[in-house]
Amino acid sequence: MTTAAAPSGAPAGPAKPIGEAGRPPVAARRARSGGGTPAMIGRSLRRLPRQPDTVIISVALPVMLLLLFVYVFGGALDAAGGRTAYLTYVVPGIIVLASGWGAASTAVAVAADMTNGIIDRFRSMPVRAPAVLTGHVAASLAANAVATALVIGIALGLGFRPDAGVGGWFAAIGVVAFYVLAITWVSVALGLLAGSPDAANGMTFFILFLPYVSSGFVATDTMPGALRAFADHQPLTPVIDTVRGLLVGGGADGSDLAAALVWCAGILLVGYTASAVIYRRRSAR
Amino acid sequence: MTMPTTTDAGMDAGREPLASPLPPPSPEPRPPVEAVGPAIRVRGLRKAFGDVTVLDGVDLDVAAGHVHALLGPNGAGKTTLVRILATLLRADAGEATVAGHDLARAPGRVREVISLTGQHAAVDELLTGEENLWLAARLFRLPRAVARRRVAQLVESFDLAGFSRRLVKTYSGGQRRRLDLAVGLVSDPEVIFLDEPTTGLDPRSRQGVWDVIARLADGGATVLLTTQYLEEADQLADLVSVLDGGRIVAEGTPAALKARLGAERAELTFPDDATYARAVATLRAAVPTQPTPAPPAIPPSPATAASPPAPDADGTAATEAGLAPAASPGAGDVTAAGAGGVDADPVARRVGVPTDGTAAALRRLLDDLDGRGIEVARVELRVPTLDDVFLALTAGSASRKESR
Ligand SMILES: Nc1ncnc2c1ncn2[C@@H]1O[C@H](COP(=O)(O)OP(=O)(O)OP(=O)(O)O)[C@@H](O)[C@H]1O
Ligand SMILES: [Mg+2]
Repeated sequence: MTTAAAPSGAPAGPAKPIGEAGRPPVAARRARSGGGTPAMIGRSLRRLPRQPDTVIISVALPVMLLLLFVYVFGGALDAAGGRTAYLTYVVPGIIVLASGWGAASTAVAVAADMTNGIIDRFRSMPVRAPAVLTGHVAASLAANAVATALVIGIALGLGFRPDAGVGGWFAAIGVVAFYVLAITWVSVALGLLAGSPDAANGMTFFILFLPYVSSGFVATDTMPGALRAFADHQPLTPVIDTVRGLLVGGGADGSDLAAALVWCAGILLVGYTASAVIYRRRSAR
Repeated sequence: MTMPTTTDAGMDAGREPLASPLPPPSPEPRPPVEAVGPAIRVRGLRKAFGDVTVLDGVDLDVAAGHVHALLGPNGAGKTTLVRILATLLRADAGEATVAGHDLARAPGRVREVISLTGQHAAVDELLTGEENLWLAARLFRLPRAVARRRVAQLVESFDLAGFSRRLVKTYSGGQRRRLDLAVGLVSDPEVIFLDEPTTGLDPRSRQGVWDVIARLADGGATVLLTTQYLEEADQLADLVSVLDGGRIVAEGTPAALKARLGAERAELTFPDDATYARAVATLRAAVPTQPTPAPPAIPPSPATAASPPAPDADGTAATEAGLAPAASPGAGDVTAAGAGGVDADPVARRVGVPTDGTAAALRRLLDDLDGRGIEVARVELRVPTLDDVFLALTAGSASRKESR
């Protein structure tokens, strides 16, 4: 939609104001329009460490949760294997849970942008329309990378001993990143849909809740019927099982991996499309 | 994205406005729209939200390099019009060009040459002032060297140095507003939209912003600003358009608009009832009585209304526009004061007559009364409040709305 500025001379327009030497042609005064995504990513990254609540939710809370699960529930939940066995079991669940939190805060950031007027300024600039959204998504990926690294680091300190090789690690990181990307775009859509940051916060509730009803913290076959059926068929279970398989299970189960990829691709498609549509709708009235 | 240094230098050579974005103010009147062509041209613009019609056929021409003020009561559609022109809203009907680019067909081109500073500050709270300026520079892809110079200039022009490295969320309202305006100027825009640029500023900051706007226009930029303050329009604008009921209901220079309203009134207080009675009779005979201010019949015809005043004094321009009725010999000096009616307050023994506020007119008025032996105890000049102006200019809108 945006076009490159004419290479030389001013575009057909009004006569230049007289007086002085006249203004130099637009093309000479600035580069061409479009893009803007790197600048937006830079913006969102700068903002990250300046939001204490986001830092706490996406970094400190996962760590606390890890400790809570391992030391408070760990003994009771899996008396046979002891804490270390439960630690090995629960780390992939914590990683995915933390990803959800990081992603959910994106909804709040997007909703804030949409309601406080800055979006009007961005939209009146020659910037690729959803660059601002891309910036938030990139920030979410970065925040999640930090949180995930922290959780894994602490888990290693507590005795977490993954048996994955380099390939396994890359595959696990790739799956988590794909999941984060997908769920972040859903958060973006929710943030666009919400009328305010508070509403956006409320709407991401299910993202925060889903991991608990999955194979993340206890095996699904310990759950009562209906809950188990849900847990077995919701997207997080294959994602968590895949990560668990890759890190500590000697390789991912093929059907888990396929299910995880299909779920993430589907969620990404829905989230991205919904974001694009809602963004355009909310902008072009 | 950093450009080669040689290119930077080459591009910089011809960048007079960037090198000095704010040339000193010039007292010269700006050339009329016919001479420079319109930077903003709006024809028959319509916009409705649901079944509420906000803009109902707006025509507007803003000459390149001019400051044009859009005045109107709350809800008149000023923000809506500005948002349409800044490509944020799509009009339902009508057409508009900004800097020669068609709004509907080439919104991307329009965005390259405009900037919008909205009614509510649009800066990132979690960035510092300088980071906000840099963000705008990067979004416009200014070469790094140019951006650095530009940011430094804007920090200085808007007096941001004391707080430009603090997070914006710690700013006061006025500081935020100044930063907001500065961010809007990073790209050295050709057409600048300012929606209520000085709302919430203290008098000193407001004066500062006025200076900047005036210098922007002197530097060749076109400014369309909305305002609630007639004084602001008066200070800055070459032309004022009054938006009401979805249309431009009046347009002209600030001086002409005020003169058409009989903007200023001389209030004369008389020492006793007898003098007061004679004064009322004399003044009523001299000035045609208009009990309630009628909406001025100023057609929104850009062709005639858009021409600026003759380069001499404002008062003269207004008089030449045929606003002051030619008077019968005896009472000539009194009526020459201006248009409008005489209002009389017997309790206070006070009579108000319209005047253009010049010393000459006042002297003639007083001399005239003196010559008739009517003693005047006190004289006060009263400038109508913005409320008066709105009420007079938009008197028709209430009844129009009723009949809709
Ligand atoms: N998105 C919208 N949906 C519905 N109505 C709207 C929308 N935007 C504006 N309006 C209505 O359009 C009218 C004009 O609004 P606008 O903001 O343009 O007025 P304004 O002249 O800028 O007023 P103010 O001086 O208060 O800023 C108002 O009645 C407002 O309620
Ligand atoms: Mg407004």
